[in-house]
Amino acid sequence: MKPIRLITAVAAAGLLALAGCSSGDGTGTPAPGGGLKPPERQKLAALGAGEGQVNVIAWAGYAEDGTNDPKVDWVTGFEKATGCQVSVKIGQTSDDMVTLMKTGDYDTVSASGDASLRLIYGGDVAPVNTDLVANYKDVFDGLKNKSWNSVDGVAYGVPHGRGANLLMYRTDVVKPAPTSWGAVFDANSPYKDKVTAYDSPIYIADAALYLMKTKPDLNIKNPYALDDTQFQAAVDLLKAQNGIIGEYWSDYTKEIQAFKSGDSVLGTTWQVITNLAQADKAPVEAILPVEGATGWSDTWMISDKAKHPNCAYMWMNHIISPEANAAVAEYFGEAPSNKLSCAKTADKNHCATFHAEDEAYFAQVWYWTTPIAQCLDGRTNVTCKDYLAWTQAWTTIKG
Amino acid sequence: MSAVSTVDRKPGGGTPPEGANAGGPARRLASWLHRHGWVRLGVLLSAPMAWLVVAYLGSLAVLLVSSLWRVNSFTGDLVREPTLDNFRTIFAEPVYRNVALRSIGVAVAVTVIDALIALPMAFFMAKVASPRFRAGLVIAILTPLWASYLVKAYSWRVMLGNGGPVDWLLGGPGNGPGYGLTATIIVLAYLWLPYMILPIYAGLDRLPNSLLEASADLGGRGGRTFRSVVLPMIVPSVIAGSIFTFSLSLGDYITVQIVGGKTQLIGNLVFANIGAANNLPFAAALATIPVFIMIGYLVAVRRSGALNEL
Amino acid sequence: MTLSHTARWLLRGAMALGLAFIYVPLAIVLVNSFNADRTFAWPPSSWTTQWWARAWESQGARDALWTSVKAGLGATAIALVLGTMVSFAVARFRFFGRDSISLLVVLPIALPGIVTGIALDSAYQTAIRPMGVEKGLFWVIVGHATFCVVVVYNNVLARLRRLGGNFEEASADLGADTFQTFRFVTFPLIRSALFAGGLLAFALSFDEIIVTTFTAGPGVQTLPIWIFNNLFRPNQAPVINVVAAVLIVASIVPIYLAQRISSDSAAGGRL
Repeated sequence: MKPIRLITAVAAAGLLALAGCSSGDGTGTPAPGGGLKPPERQKLAALGAGEGQVNVIAWAGYAEDGTNDPKVDWVTGFEKATGCQVSVKIGQTSDDMVTLMKTGDYDTVSASGDASLRLIYGGDVAPVNTDLVANYKDVFDGLKNKSWNSVDGVAYGVPHGRGANLLMYRTDVVKPAPTSWGAVFDANSPYKDKVTAYDSPIYIADAALYLMKTKPDLNIKNPYALDDTQFQAAVDLLKAQNGIIGEYWSDYTKEIQAFKSGDSVLGTTWQVITNLAQADKAPVEAILPVEGATGWSDTWMISDKAKHPNCAYMWMNHIISPEANAAVAEYFGEAPSNKLSCAKTADKNHCATFHAEDEAYFAQVWYWTTPIAQCLDGRTNVTCKDYLAWTQAWTTIKG
Repeated sequence: MSAVSTVDRKPGGGTPPEGANAGGPARRLASWLHRHGWVRLGVLLSAPMAWLVVAYLGSLAVLLVSSLWRVNSFTGDLVREPTLDNFRTIFAEPVYRNVALRSIGVAVAVTVIDALIALPMAFFMAKVASPRFRAGLVIAILTPLWASYLVKAYSWRVMLGNGGPVDWLLGGPGNGPGYGLTATIIVLAYLWLPYMILPIYAGLDRLPNSLLEASADLGGRGGRTFRSVVLPMIVPSVIAGSIFTFSLSLGDYITVQIVGGKTQLIGNLVFANIGAANNLPFAAALATIPVFIMIGYLVAVRRSGALNEL
Repeated sequence: MTLSHTARWLLRGAMALGLAFIYVPLAIVLVNSFNADRTFAWPPSSWTTQWWARAWESQGARDALWTSVKAGLGATAIALVLGTMVSFAVARFRFFGRDSISLLVVLPIALPGIVTGIALDSAYQTAIRPMGVEKGLFWVIVGHATFCVVVVYNNVLARLRRLGGNFEEASADLGADTFQTFRFVTFPLIRSALFAGGLLAFALSFDEIIVTTFTAGPGVQTLPIWIFNNLFRPNQAPVINVVAAVLIVASIVPIYLAQRISSDSAAGGRL
């Protein structure tokens, strides 16, 4: 064994030295919370010719090119008009998208609020030169320069749209129709082993939101700002829920199939999943429960290492153009970000249904945000649990 | 010994083979190589060792080293300062122990089930079936290896689904095991069965029939012969098959995602920490568990000669 | 071995049950490729051949198949070369650490795929990426070749041990040098072992998903990756059943050939 051990040791040492030598990019100063500054990144000065290709990371349903449904396609027209061939990678969770962006192989991403700040402070995205995006001027003011897509007034992306997580159920199995998130948190649920939940640590916020409304003595003001006691309560609730869960879902098509076959009858969903399941003749409905919901406000961001920056800008401009934004908002089931899209939707009531212009409504939707140690609700006397703690707790919850 | 001149040529035979070039450079190199065995050995070993030791063991070493690092919890960037925090977490939190034990349990269950199913099948193929039938059976066993692993797992998802064929067979929706740990074990046992059958079949094939006849001559009936003669001789083959089933089950995460419901095995934890959590150091720390288990298993079975029968 | 009548019938029954267990899910795949319902409600209420037509036209499937073939051929070629070299070294020489070689060669296939996958991925990020080399198909081939070496190694080693060293000495006595001996004597004798090992290596590489997930760059889609991406998509899942059915049927030919060749030479090897 001796020569082998020796060679292994040498190889290991050599690679260790190599690994030690390679240094990471400059990142934000390590202390999370106050005083954090995103690293210096340059925004594109002027728009040049298209590079012929753009690599996009998108939520399912955001970049449809007709392969799922020939009538649903806002990509082919873009490809013909700009010559930029679109290659789409579906991100299943925000964590997925952050990891993919870090590889540097993609140009643009539709980041939710719990990914956008991590990308900004990780130095993976560059600020967006909004002057180069012609349709930006028509975006709702309520979405511009918010805490999740800008830092110190510098915009890091263009808003895509926003929406809420809903509760979906099989109308033929779940009777009476549920009205509250309590239906999925009921440890004695009659639908044991057929309940589903979103497979991401961010789902802890859903439990916290439920506790916010049903256990006021816990004093939760923001479901992403949880101190030790509040966090433990949410985790305990989820551990109890694990007993009635059949499957957790992150692949949206797996949820469609599970609801269609009846393996899942009750659980969290996105509107697009319900729409697709109904199109396949599954008897399902989705509701916004009385406690409100968590939600997301998505932003298109551009990678700092983008190999095709011009095509990426063209894509961003296209996806928030009135027609394309209306098409994706209707297909996915969310509120569009472009004011002019409301006139372009096939369903004239779409913007009203999704409260596109109703800022008061969205004040009740808790957008996905990355939890950090410095409490997001402003408390300074305690530290809150950061996302690493959420991730590790999620493993414990699933058991 | 140098090549041609010192050898007596038999009359009528021994014309130099095609391409022989009595004093050419290739020939000189060949004779030099023939005289210097160590150089031949070095040449033979250089490329494979470079590949396996430097590239493969080296990558494992890098992985091991990265298990001592951690990530900045906000930005997700690697912090290359050695710390034992990852291992502390793994030992302290009961969930990791539970998942590790569950994974080992699944791997053992799959191995045992496969061995039990494979033994009679392999025995039939090697000793009872006629030679022509035998070739057909071997082909029948090998063919499913070409059907994609994913498609087979997905087919089981359909079979085990609510109201699917298994439910229908057992009398109605809800009677089947559904998705979960049982389903995972069934599907994994299904997927790796050919890998268990083949080494056992090869081992039984090598077993000379004369041994079995001798045992019968000495008075041993079927069962006794099987227990005392056949079984001890095919232990290396069974172990060879078990290496496959054990390691493939220990690290599997895809089948769990397809039919496992809410089950978590160690492969899922590693995968979740690599992808979703972007925590390579922690994933690497988790990955050391199956690595040490498998290396321990391999070293333990080395003596039985199973490694040559893979 | 004299077996009682009941024992024989029990064994036949076990074989039949085993084969049924193996083939029923595959049969369901075949049936579902004609199932008109996209999410495979059982029992199928209506039938259609549109998935077969769709699969025939599917560019994605064809590209993925071709990528897999390329990766498989590359990995098999490298595994053949490396595996043969190591097996010759182990069979014909004695040196320090010879016994550990079999352990080392088995390691890539014995360690769980996810470990090999993330190890190769971090090696790429640490050592190869700074040199500016793209992951692409190259790194997939590297990953596959690493665990394919063992099947070639074991096959060739078994054959070399069975042949013994006499052939090479006889050939040298007759005046052939090292290269000639290999070309005219040794190679023909181990050819069928190489073929069997190569075929198994190709099969391993063709169906591999876990290591490939970590070693494939964004643009590379081998067939298993394509299948995984489309497995749950309502419009594509039935096409996957068709692809699987075709693969099974298409694989019978090379397997049959491999069996013929290895069984022929098995008889020939007992010289």
